[in-house]
Amino acid sequence: MQQTTVSNAADAEAAAAAISGWPARLYAILKAADVRQMAFVPDAGHSALIRLFQADRQVTTNVLTTEEEGIAISTGAWLGGQRCVLLMQSSGVGNCINMLSLPLMTRAPLLILVTMRGEWAEFNPWQVPMGRGTQAALEAVGVKVMRADTAEDLVDTVEAAAALAYEGDQQIAVLIGQRLLGKKKW
Amino acid sequence: MANPDAAPLARRAVVATLLKDRGDMLVVSGLGSATYDVHAAGDHDGNYYLWGAMGGAALVGLGIAQAQASRRVLVITGDGEQLMAFGALATIAVAKPTNLDIVVIDNQHFGETGMQGSHTGRGIDLAKVAEVCGFATAETLKEMDEVEALAGTLQAKAEGPRLFVIKVAAENPPRSLPSRDAVYVKNRFRAHLGLPQG
Repeated sequence: MQQTTVSNAADAEAAAAAISGWPARLYAILKAADVRQMAFVPDAGHSALIRLFQADRQVTTNVLTTEEEGIAISTGAWLGGQRCVLLMQSSGVGNCINMLSLPLMTRAPLLILVTMRGEWAEFNPWQVPMGRGTQAALEAVGVKVMRADTAEDLVDTVEAAAALAYEGDQQIAVLIGQRLLGKKKW
Repeated sequence: MANPDAAPLARRAVVATLLKDRGDMLVVSGLGSATYDVHAAGDHDGNYYLWGAMGGAALVGLGIAQAQASRRVLVITGDGEQLMAFGALATIAVAKPTNLDIVVIDNQHFGETGMQGSHTGRGIDLAKVAEVCGFATAETLKEMDEVEALAGTLQAKAEGPRLFVIKVAAENPPRSLPSRDAVYVKNRFRAHLGLPQG
């Protein structure tokens, strides 16, 4: 019973944030871009966006055991004629590196929204090394990195990134600064 | 009943049998020998060959299957390639596509890199793993008549994802190399589906 109450409260909080905040605006942009598949390894910062997609019957969502799976699903989606977006946190970027050769060689659109950890009021030092290496690792294999640290900038950045990816056949990661996400409650 | 005295199956003959009457099936091949086997069976606009991205084949198949619900998608890969994507079996089982089949051509070795023994020769049973994950069908085949029977069912409707392990001899037949130009193969594949270049 206690658990249910907590869960409902969390649901309500996420729903409210989704309606008023950047997750809902990102969802609207991605829907306008005709995204039909979404694959994710969860992160607290992505929870509202994940919930919006999971409630959308027009979008196929895949929960992954590791982030690189999503890179392959995204490329398959494009081969089959659909647009896919991936949601992950910075630690997951490290899991993706070799699999990124697939969309890069295929020149298939790739759009990853990465919530950053290990860079702003981070309580967990184990998040720091991959947080430090996220942008460098992506750029080293040839993925274009864009970054936003405010909600306003994030909305514009994702809109531009979606056009670059899906219209321009580019492989893009948008890093969502940890400062924007706020300090993790622990 | 498998005949213990039967010669191990030849991978090229297995893949040729699976693709003989492929209809409008879409085919994804995993890097290395599986890609060569699929090419040797006949290049086709509905093939997407992986030359790298080890562990990606079954999930490329999932992405295609989700985008092309009315087509059947067949992934042909090796034991080493599928072992690298062990978790993908969980992801595919949860996704429950009804138009995706995975065939693991299992020679129990990493054939491309010097025939080192793989996990499947040391007790890891990918069909059992798929079964436990919740695949609609998960079987291990060792006889050619079983492969022929499977070929006849690949275009039939399924209740969920299916995985078939086909045990083959550890051999490296002469390479049959498809284009490594993935952009070309992509555009050909998309055109085959009536999709624009890009």
